Amino acid sequence: MSSINVGYFPGCSGLGTSMEYERSTRAVCRELGIGLREIPDWNCCGSTPAHSTDSALSAALASRVFAQGENAGIGDVITPCPSCLKNLRVALEHMEDPLFSARVEALTERPLKMQHSIRSVLQVMVEDVGTERIRGRVRRSLKGLKVVPYYGCLMTRPEKVMRFDDPENPVALDRLLEALGAEVLPFPLKTDCCGGSFSIPSRKVTPRLAGRILDMAGEVGADLVVVACPLCQMNLDLRQGQIRAGGIDRVLPVPYFTQLMARAFALPEADAAFNKLVEDIEPAFACMQRRAADIEAEERKAAAAEAEKARLAAERAAKAAEKAKDAGPDGAGAKSAGAKKTKGKADAGGGDV
Amino acid sequence: METVCLNRSDDAFVKAVEDESGQRVSRCYQCGNCTAGCPMSFTFDYSVSRIMRLIQAGQKEQVLSSGAVWLCAGCETCTQRCPNEINVAGVMDACRHIAGRERKFGARAVSAFFKAFMDSVRFNGRSHEVGTMALYMLYTGRVWTDVELAPKILPKGKMPLLPHRIAGRREVAEIISRFKQGLSDPDLVRAGLDAQGKSAKEAVS
Repeated sequence: MSSINVGYFPGCSGLGTSMEYERSTRAVCRELGIGLREIPDWNCCGSTPAHSTDSALSAALASRVFAQGENAGIGDVITPCPSCLKNLRVALEHMEDPLFSARVEALTERPLKMQHSIRSVLQVMVEDVGTERIRGRVRRSLKGLKVVPYYGCLMTRPEKVMRFDDPENPVALDRLLEALGAEVLPFPLKTDCCGGSFSIPSRKVTPRLAGRILDMAGEVGADLVVVACPLCQMNLDLRQGQIRAGGIDRVLPVPYFTQLMARAFALPEADAAFNKLVEDIEPAFACMQRRAADIEAEERKAAAAEAEKARLAAERAAKAAEKAKDAGPDGAGAKSAGAKKTKGKADAGGGDV
Repeated sequence: METVCLNRSDDAFVKAVEDESGQRVSRCYQCGNCTAGCPMSFTFDYSVSRIMRLIQAGQKEQVLSSGAVWLCAGCETCTQRCPNEINVAGVMDACRHIAGRERKFGARAVSAFFKAFMDSVRFNGRSHEVGTMALYMLYTGRVWTDVELAPKILPKGKMPLLPHRIAGRREVAEIISRFKQGLSDPDLVRAGLDAQGKSAKEAVS
C-alpha cells in the first residue's frame, strides 16, 4: 500500500484533556506512513452546544473548518474525535440541500468550492491501513492483556450518517486490538452512552452511566477499557472517583486505542503518553506480562509435548518399516506391507498402555 | 395524574417541529422503543416517547418547558432503533432549538453549560476547557462544580489555563453574531434565493 496523505482536524480537546490521544495518534500515523496535514487555523466544530442551538449555526462552524482546509488544498479530512466527526459529517450531509447550504453561507460568507469528506482516525486505520499491516508492525505484542473495547455513541451512530461498522455491535476496534496481540473480551456495553457532556451540569449522570460501563468491564474480567472518544475517556477515567463515591468500586485504566498501538509498535514512551492518564495503567501491563509469561510457559510445555509425540510416532513408524522389511523382500505387494504397518502401529499403541 | 387537553392542539407548533427537524412526527405509533433504550430517561420529566406524543398532540407549552428536551444527550440510540425510521434525536434537537428561541430553558444548568461553551468559542475560536468551566460557574453560581477533579487533572498538565486563540477568531465570532441577528432564518434566506432567481431570469429575458 502506498502512503496516505490526508487533512487532519485535531479538535479542541486534543490541546487539553485528550492530549495523549493527540500525541499517540500523530505518532502512530507517522509510523504507518499516514501523512497528516493539519487544517490551518482550524476552529471549534461547536460540538453538542452548537447543534443544540441551531443546525445552520453548527454547520457554519463546520463549514469554516472545511473552508480553511480549501485554503491549503485539503478536501479529505480525518479526525480522532467522534463528536467532531459527527458534526462535520452531518454538516456536509445537510449542505447537500441548496436552501440549507444558502443558510450556512449567510453565516460564513465563504461558499465551499471543493468536494469534502470526513472520517475518523479509527476508520482509516481499519479500512485503509488494515489490521494485517498493523499486525506486521507490532514489535511488543500485547499478549496477555485482557481488554474491552468501548466505542461510545457516535462512532457508529446514526447509522445512515456514519456508515461505519455495525451500529450496535461494532467490531473494528476489536479486530485492531487483536492485531496488537491483546485478548478482546465480549463486551455488551460497547455503544452504550457514558453521559457525554452532561457529567458537568448533572452530577447523577456519570456514576450511573459511566459507572455501569466500568462495572461491566470489571465484571467480564478486563484489565482496562479501550476508548476512541475524548469525552468518554474523561468520564470513564477522570471521574472514577465520583463513580466510586456513587457506590461502584472499580479501578480500571482507560487508554485510547492509539496509545496501545504506540506501545505495541515500541514507540517512545512520550508518544504513548500513558503518564497523562489519571488511573495508572502500569499495574495492568505488569499483569499482562505475568500472564504472557504463563501463556508462553504453557506454550513451551505444549510444544515440548508435541515434539515428544512426534518423536514417538517417528520411532513407531521406523519400527513398523523394519518389520515390513523383515516380512519378506519378495515384494508381496504394497497391500500386505500397508496391512502390516497398520498392525505394527496398533501393537505399539498397546505397548504404551 | 396529569391530563392533556387534545382539543387544544397548536398545529403551528407541530409544523414548526416538523420543519425544524425534517421529520414526520405523525409516523410515531408509540411503541416505546425509544424510551426503552434511552440512557438519560432517568433524568427526564417526560420520557422521549411521551415527548413524541405531546408533539403530535400540539402541546407546545409542555414540550418546550420540559427538562427532557435539554437533557437528551444526543446518543442517537432512539434514532437507531425507531421502527418507523424517525430521527427521534433530531426531533429532540429541534425542540431544543425552538425552546432556545423562545427562551424556555427547562434544565437551566444544561443550557448554561451550552452558553458557556459557545461563549468560549466566540472569544477564542476554539473551546477552552478551563474558560468554559469558569463561565459555567459564573452563569450558574455553582462554583464548586467538579473542583475535586482539579488536583487530579492539573498535575497532568492537560488543562492549559490560557486558551489557544486562533487568528480567525473574529471570523468565528462574526458567524455567531450573524446567527444571532437571524441571518440564517430559512424564510429570509429563501426570499433572498427567490429574488436572486427572479433577477437572473430578468437578466436572461
